[in-house]
Amino acid sequence: MMNRRIRTPLAALATSAAALAFAPGAQAQQVTIEYWQYFFESRVTAMEQLIANFEAANPDINVEMTHFPYADYRTRTAVAIPAGEGPDVVQLFYGWLNDYIAEGLIQPLPADPFSAEMIGSEFFPMVQAMQVDGSYYALPTAVRSLALFYNERLLEAAGVEVPTTLEELVAAAAATTERDGAGNVTQVGLTTGMTAQDHHWFREVLIRQFGGEPYLDNYRTVNYDTEAGRAALDFYLGLEEQGVTSTGFMDEPQAAFRAGRAAFHIDGSFRIGALQDSRGLQWGVTELPAGPDGTRSNYASYWVNAITSSAEGAEYEAAVRFMEYITSPEAMEIWLEVVGELPARVDVGMTPENADDPVFGPFIRGLEYANTTIFADESAQRQVMVDMVERVRLQGMDPGESLTAAATAEQAILDSYYNQ
Amino acid sequence: MPTDTTPTGSQTPGRGGLYARLSVAQKRTVWAWGFLAVPILFYVVIRFYPTGNAMVLSFQEWNLLGDRTWAGLDNYRTLVADPVFWQVFRNTFAYLLLGTPISLVISFVIAYHLDQVRFLHGTIRALYFLPFMTSAVAMAWVWRWFYQDVPIGLFNNMLASVGIPQISFLRSTTNALPAILAPAIWAGLGFQIIIFMAGLRAIPRSFYEAAKIDGVSSWTVLWEITLPLLRPTIVFIVVLSSIGFLRIFDHVFNMTSADPGGPLNSTKPLVLMIYQTAFSSYDMGYAAAQTVVLFVILLVVSLIQLRLLRDR
Repeated sequence: MMNRRIRTPLAALATSAAALAFAPGAQAQQVTIEYWQYFFESRVTAMEQLIANFEAANPDINVEMTHFPYADYRTRTAVAIPAGEGPDVVQLFYGWLNDYIAEGLIQPLPADPFSAEMIGSEFFPMVQAMQVDGSYYALPTAVRSLALFYNERLLEAAGVEVPTTLEELVAAAAATTERDGAGNVTQVGLTTGMTAQDHHWFREVLIRQFGGEPYLDNYRTVNYDTEAGRAALDFYLGLEEQGVTSTGFMDEPQAAFRAGRAAFHIDGSFRIGALQDSRGLQWGVTELPAGPDGTRSNYASYWVNAITSSAEGAEYEAAVRFMEYITSPEAMEIWLEVVGELPARVDVGMTPENADDPVFGPFIRGLEYANTTIFADESAQRQVMVDMVERVRLQGMDPGESLTAAATAEQAILDSYYNQ
Repeated sequence: MPTDTTPTGSQTPGRGGLYARLSVAQKRTVWAWGFLAVPILFYVVIRFYPTGNAMVLSFQEWNLLGDRTWAGLDNYRTLVADPVFWQVFRNTFAYLLLGTPISLVISFVIAYHLDQVRFLHGTIRALYFLPFMTSAVAMAWVWRWFYQDVPIGLFNNMLASVGIPQISFLRSTTNALPAILAPAIWAGLGFQIIIFMAGLRAIPRSFYEAAKIDGVSSWTVLWEITLPLLRPTIVFIVVLSSIGFLRIFDHVFNMTSADPGGPLNSTKPLVLMIYQTAFSSYDMGYAAAQTVVLFVILLVVSLIQLRLLRDR
C-alpha cells in the first residue's frame, strides 16, 4: 500500500516531466489555468498526480496548483475570487456554493459534457444538490459519508457482536462501558458529542429513522419539531441517561476512540487515515445501524470543483477539459487510492472490490441512501444542535421545549439567509 | 572672511534657497517631521484607515463575496435585540471585573514579598515570568486537559483518588468562566510582577529609613508610603490588564474550541463573538458593528481609569 502510494505519483511525475520537456517546441498555443485547493498532504499529492496525467494527455494546457492552509482557505478564496485575482478552477465546500452562485462568481458547467441526465444517472444521488435552476454549477471528485467505527479488542473482551440496529448498538455499548468504584466512566460504549459528527447523525439519520423528515422545501424549512424529532431526541439523550455514553468523555470523541477507551464511534470517512496511523488500535467499521423499522440513512458531504467567472475564452475551454478529467472515473480511482475519499460516481464506487472493501465498503454502501443537508451557515446550525442538548443537560430544560427552541433558532438562521 | 565664498549657492537661489533660508530650529522641525512621517504614515495606512473602514462597514451588509450594501442602523438594531450579545457583554465584563483586581492583588503580593527575598531572587523571578513567555495556545490546551473528567483530567483524577465526586470544570455554565480565567490570570502574572518590582525599586530608600526612625508600623508604611508612590505603576498595570481582559480570546477559544465560547455561550467574550460572526458566519457588517461596540467600551474604560487613578 505504502509503496504503491509513493510509486504511482513518482512515475506519473516522470512521464509528465518528459512530456513537458518536449511540449514547448511542438505547441505554440499554451494555455495556463490556475487551480486552488486547501492544503492536506494527500489531497495535494493526489491532485499533483491528476494534473500530471491531465497535462500529459493535453500538452497544450498547463495547470498550476496553489494551496492554502485550511484555516485561511475560505477567507482567501472569498477575498480573491470577487477581486478577479482567483483561480480558474477552484475547490469549494458544497455548503459555500449558494453564496458563490448568488454573486455570479462561478459559471454553470456546460451541458456538454456535463448534462443533467448524465450526472443524475452516473453520480451518487446526493450530488444533485449541486443543481440549481436546471444546470450543475460544480461537481465533486470524492465524497464523504458516516459509518460506525468499533474497537475489535473491546468487543471481543465484552463478547458482543458488531451491531446492525440502534437497539443492538445500545445493548453492545452498555456491555462495553466501564466505570471505576465511584461510578465515574473510564471507558465509554459509544462516544457522543453534537460538536463532532452527531449533529449530522441526528439531523439526517436519527430523525429519518424515527419516521421524520428533518427539513422541507429544499432545506429552507425546519421540520423536526415533530413527534419523530422528539423520539429521535429522546433516543439521543437516552444514551447518556442509560449510561452507555458520556458526553465530552476524554474531551473529543475521536480522541477517546483512538486512545482505545471507546468501543463505538460514529465518524466520517475522512477519519480513516488518522485511525490507520494509530498504532496498537484494532478497529473495524460497519454501516450506521438501522432504525427501529429497518430504515437506513446516512449523511454525505463533499468538496466540489467549480469554474470561476474569471475563466474566459481559451482558459474556459481548458477549465472545462480539466473539470471533465478530475471528475472522471480514472481521477476518482486515483483519489480513492491516494486520499482515501470515496468516489462520487456510482460505477466507480459500487464495484465489487470497492463496495466490499472492509474499510471503504461501509461508507460506500452508505452513499446509496445518504442525504446531504443544504446548510445556510453550517457552524451556526451545528451550534443550534449543541445548545439543544446542553440546555437539557446543564439547565434541566424539558427536551420538548428545547427541541422547539432549537427548531425556532435554526429557522431564524435559514430565514435570515434566504431572505437577504 | 567666509562671506563671499558662496559660488554654488548663488547659482541655484530658487532651489536650495527655501531650505537654506530656514533657521536652525526650523530645520530641526523639518527633520523631526520628516522622520515622524514614516510612523505616522504607517499608522494611518495600517491602523486608522482600517479602523475608519470598519466603522463604515458597521452600517453596511457584506458577506465578503458580494458588494457592500448600505444597511443603516440594522446591524446595531440586531445587536441590541440579540440575547447572545447581552450574554457576551456580561461575560466580557465578568472577565474584566474578576480578572483585573485578582491579578493586581496577586501580582502585588508576590512582587512585594519577592522584593524582600535575596535568596535565589533571580530564579524565583524567572519562574514567575516563565508563563508569560509561554504560548497562550499551548498553555490553554494543557489546562483544557487538566480540567477534563476522569480518566484524563489531572484535577478530577486527584479528586477521584481521594473519593471526592468529580467537578465539571469546562462543561458547566457556572464553573467554565472562572476555570478559563484562572490560567489567563496566571499567564499575565509574570509581566505584572516585573512591572511592580520595578515600581517598588523606584521608591527612594530614604522614605523607608525615615519611617523606620519614626517607628511606624509596617502596615502604615505599606498604606502611606508604598502604595501611594506606586500609583503610576498601578495605573499602568490596571489599564494594560483591563484592556487585556476585555480582549480575551485565545484562552477561551482554545479551551472551548469544540463549542467556542460554550457551553451555552457562558464563556464567550466579545472578541470571540466578533470572530465567529466574521469568519464562520461571514456577516462582516454585523461583526464590524460588534467591533465598534468593543472599541467604545475599551475607550470608555480606559478613560475612566486614567481619570480615577490620575495624580491629583
